[in-house]
Amino acid sequence: MTLHEALPLAVLASSLVPGLIIFALPETWVGVRTALNLLGAFLKLALVGVLLAGVSAGQDYGFRHEVLPGLELVFKADALALLYMALSTVLWLFTTLYAIGYLEGSPHRSRFFGFFSLCVTATMGIAMAGNLFTFFMFYELLTLATFPLVVHRGTPQAMKGGMIYLAYTLGGGALLLVGIVWLHALAGTADFTHGGYLAALGEAHAGALQIAFLLLIAGVGVKAAIVPLHGWLPQAMVAPAPVSALLHAVAVVKAGAFGVVRIVYEVYGAGFAEFLELLAPLAVVASVTIVWGSWRALFQDDLKKRLAYSTVSQVSYIVLGVALFGPVGAIGGLVHLVHQGIMKITLFFCAGNYAETLGIHKVSQMDGAGRRMPLTTLAFSIAALGMMGAPLTAGAVSKAWLMDGAQAAGMGWAIWVLWTSSLLNAVYFLPILWRAWRQPAPAAWPEEHIPAQGRRETAWLLLLPPLFTAAAVLVAGLYAGESWSPLAWAQIIAEREYGSWAP
Amino acid sequence: MTDPLPWLIVLPLAWGALAFLLGPGRGGALAIAGLAVQTGLALILAGQVLATGVRVHPVGGWGAPLGIDLAVDGLSAVMLLLTQGVALVLAIYARSYFAGARPEGFWPLLGFLLAALNALFVSADLFNLYVTLELLTLAAVGLVAQGGGAAQASAALRYLLVSLAASGVYLLGVALIYATYGTVSLATLAPLINGDAPLAVWLATGLVGVALLAKTALFPFHFWLPPAHGAAAAPVSALLSALVVKASFYLLLRLWLGVFAPFTVAAGWVLAGLGAAAILWGSWQAIHARRIKLLVAWSTVAQLGYLFLIFPLLGSTALALQAGIMQAVSHGLAKAAMFAAAGIFLKATGRDEVDSLAGVAGRLPLTLFAFALAGVTLMGLPPSGGFLAKWLLIDAALEARLWPLAAVVISGGLLAAVYVFRVLRQAFLLAPDDSHFHPVPRSMEWAAFALAAASVALGLRGVELLQLLAVGRVT
Amino acid sequence: MTPGLLYALAGVALFVLGLGAMLLPGPVLRRILGFNVMGSGAFLVLVGLAQRAGGVDPVPQAMVLTGIVVALAATALALALARRQEQADD
Repeated sequence: MTLHEALPLAVLASSLVPGLIIFALPETWVGVRTALNLLGAFLKLALVGVLLAGVSAGQDYGFRHEVLPGLELVFKADALALLYMALSTVLWLFTTLYAIGYLEGSPHRSRFFGFFSLCVTATMGIAMAGNLFTFFMFYELLTLATFPLVVHRGTPQAMKGGMIYLAYTLGGGALLLVGIVWLHALAGTADFTHGGYLAALGEAHAGALQIAFLLLIAGVGVKAAIVPLHGWLPQAMVAPAPVSALLHAVAVVKAGAFGVVRIVYEVYGAGFAEFLELLAPLAVVASVTIVWGSWRALFQDDLKKRLAYSTVSQVSYIVLGVALFGPVGAIGGLVHLVHQGIMKITLFFCAGNYAETLGIHKVSQMDGAGRRMPLTTLAFSIAALGMMGAPLTAGAVSKAWLMDGAQAAGMGWAIWVLWTSSLLNAVYFLPILWRAWRQPAPAAWPEEHIPAQGRRETAWLLLLPPLFTAAAVLVAGLYAGESWSPLAWAQIIAEREYGSWAP
Repeated sequence: MTDPLPWLIVLPLAWGALAFLLGPGRGGALAIAGLAVQTGLALILAGQVLATGVRVHPVGGWGAPLGIDLAVDGLSAVMLLLTQGVALVLAIYARSYFAGARPEGFWPLLGFLLAALNALFVSADLFNLYVTLELLTLAAVGLVAQGGGAAQASAALRYLLVSLAASGVYLLGVALIYATYGTVSLATLAPLINGDAPLAVWLATGLVGVALLAKTALFPFHFWLPPAHGAAAAPVSALLSALVVKASFYLLLRLWLGVFAPFTVAAGWVLAGLGAAAILWGSWQAIHARRIKLLVAWSTVAQLGYLFLIFPLLGSTALALQAGIMQAVSHGLAKAAMFAAAGIFLKATGRDEVDSLAGVAGRLPLTLFAFALAGVTLMGLPPSGGFLAKWLLIDAALEARLWPLAAVVISGGLLAAVYVFRVLRQAFLLAPDDSHFHPVPRSMEWAAFALAAASVALGLRGVELLQLLAVGRVT
Repeated sequence: MTPGLLYALAGVALFVLGLGAMLLPGPVLRRILGFNVMGSGAFLVLVGLAQRAGGVDPVPQAMVLTGIVVALAATALALALARRQEQADD
């Protein structure tokens, strides 16, 4: 086995093996468990770094394994895969640290971190999947690995949320499978190819291909929380904060969005999808989701639920970017995959901090939180401003490119959708900031679990991750023009997908 | 080099008889040793089949039509491998399971059961198949009756009577065929039977078909299965669900593809329809079952329905047979694992209800993991043999443009998820404090886990299995 | 009508009677006896059709002998189970 074949497998193993060991660890072996977690995270970071360097230099990394005659398990670490992998790996590291702090003293931590590691393994598998068969395999694995995390607390509400989650995701998986097998019956299961591989079928099977597209998008759309398949996401908020952070920033919703990207660009091909008249309806569905998600967020008092609906809205920015025919829209969507990830995870880390430190679960309880927890609220504010698309933040960069893309694709109405969403974002985020910074604090917090010690407002493990990710939001925005920014990487991907383009 | 084929039949008869002589409950080590040898023989045989194609062995040197021929092709080799493998692991499990109580006749009956199964998979004439079917029935019924309770006795009796009725019908069919053609050898009959056959042969086909459907517990002949598999001891239920029902399915498949091929056109739809009904009804009952073993038994009824969906597709594509056998093998492994896990839960808590699992599951993580992996196969989720079977089946259905079949397969998977997660969710519920917990030997947990892991591992590499399956298509 | 055919028809009639007795609800003993009658019916069909021009065909006779042994074992098992069920009920 060459190095180029071994590296993708090593990336998978770096979280799978520690995860399996952690399952077997006794609950009290905290040190060993933490060491394994961090070892896996740093190892994966190193491996992904090597892959990044290699792929930007034009190297190929992949692995193939025949499962059935004519059907192979294919791993391919290409530029698009690495966008997702890099985001996941870095954010997994932060979430692991945060989770260690958040779950201190709570039961079943071995089980939690075991499944946590399996989730990341599944995410890496989804990113590196080189064909629809492999993609599906890890996609369903992600469903199975995230379920125990959603129901971790074991309460009746957790169980209910988990069952709803399963119903949606397994149903979506079923639709996805039918679509994939149908395409297999029509065209075989070829590797993901730049520009898609279905164009060779031509017009003859147009009807079948359109229905298959619908099935595929519905299948990945459940995880991507596209309306009307988004119902599971607010329900899944019963999970502990690290899980919500993982589900929303990294694993599940991005897996769905990533699936949309792969399907449109590397199965159908943007040009062929446009020919089959699939992109305009996709853009409409994405736009409806963007506005509906933002609208519903206005009426949520529960902080995590408000963030959940915000996620529903924001992930469809990516879908919209993909549906806007042309490289500019593509770049906007792809870069938002990263930017939304870091912004949303910051928000969820902060929401978890408020809940864990002061017992705050609702927006109406947030009066004066900024005085008591200034650093957390600072991180929250930066991320919220990013979501609104305020200048200097990562969100502004994505929004600009998406709007340019809409213009270039001749879908000017999408610009209105984006402005409406920004406005709604402001309407549901600014009041929170106002309450936190400008309102006086109440006489007593709902449940102060972690008392302030001097300047230290909460545990370090809970405080540092959101500060880092908030800083990343600023860095991604300020240094977007640099060659090492997420924007630059998105441009590389778009270039490889669309061929050469003029900026 | 002696032919492994007859040894696969003689060896289990021998150690079964020896186990009987040793006395009640004493044959465990002997059985495991015998099964280990048999597994090796099955592997050697499979290798031979892959290398040289179909193998024939006339018993005692006397060939057909007066003697008895044994023949092995790819399909037989696959079933032999499944049988020895699953039985070996279950024997290890059963030795610990029965450690306290002394089962009167488990080990001898196991030996006879295996001899019957092995003989069935290699028989090449209709009457010998009748004999092996009867032997299989008698051994299986005896195993169900182990434990001596009223529930076991009446379930066993019902099973026996249904089986005997079916065998009698089968025998009449064989008689009619012999009357028409003067032979019962499958190889000789195949070229003789065509669409112009006389009425007696049509009748015979119908009789044989119905008999085998009843033995495979296809809806509406399924009523004997849940009580029998639900009441029997866990290792017995595992053997029955994983292996015994597959035997009559195998026979039906072989006859369908071979001698009765000219008659199969319309019947395929009937079988698929009944299979769909089995999937829906079995899943529904499993979702509402109160006891774990009953849940798993109804799951068997549902999963057997999948096997019958392939019949309308067998003529048009090779994928259908691949799907059916992949499903049979994966289900065999997964169901054995599931019953083994259920047995462990029963031993640990002394209670059989699904609702009593909360908390105990936390003390038996390996068993729960085994149950979960087996459930993944039953749901047809990747990675697992069940997923590959589902893929092949949907592929075959879409190729033949039979959309309703694909829809049934998908629905079946979702329904399976409902009853699998009914059990799994118990593991995550907050545990009540008063659980009486008896420790369970680790070998039992590892046995269940090994079977479940095998069904998942199959999902990563199905190529060799399908290669073996493709060898020869003897009648 | 040849004697063989007559035996065969009688066999079919016995078979149907026996099958009916097995399927209809009733005492267990009747169902076990029904099984025996059914089996005998099938054997009669086999034997009845074993007449060949120029003599008797030994193969069906061998099959019948085997079948009788199997039916004996099955009947014994069924009776033992029926007895055990009765004892458990008491």
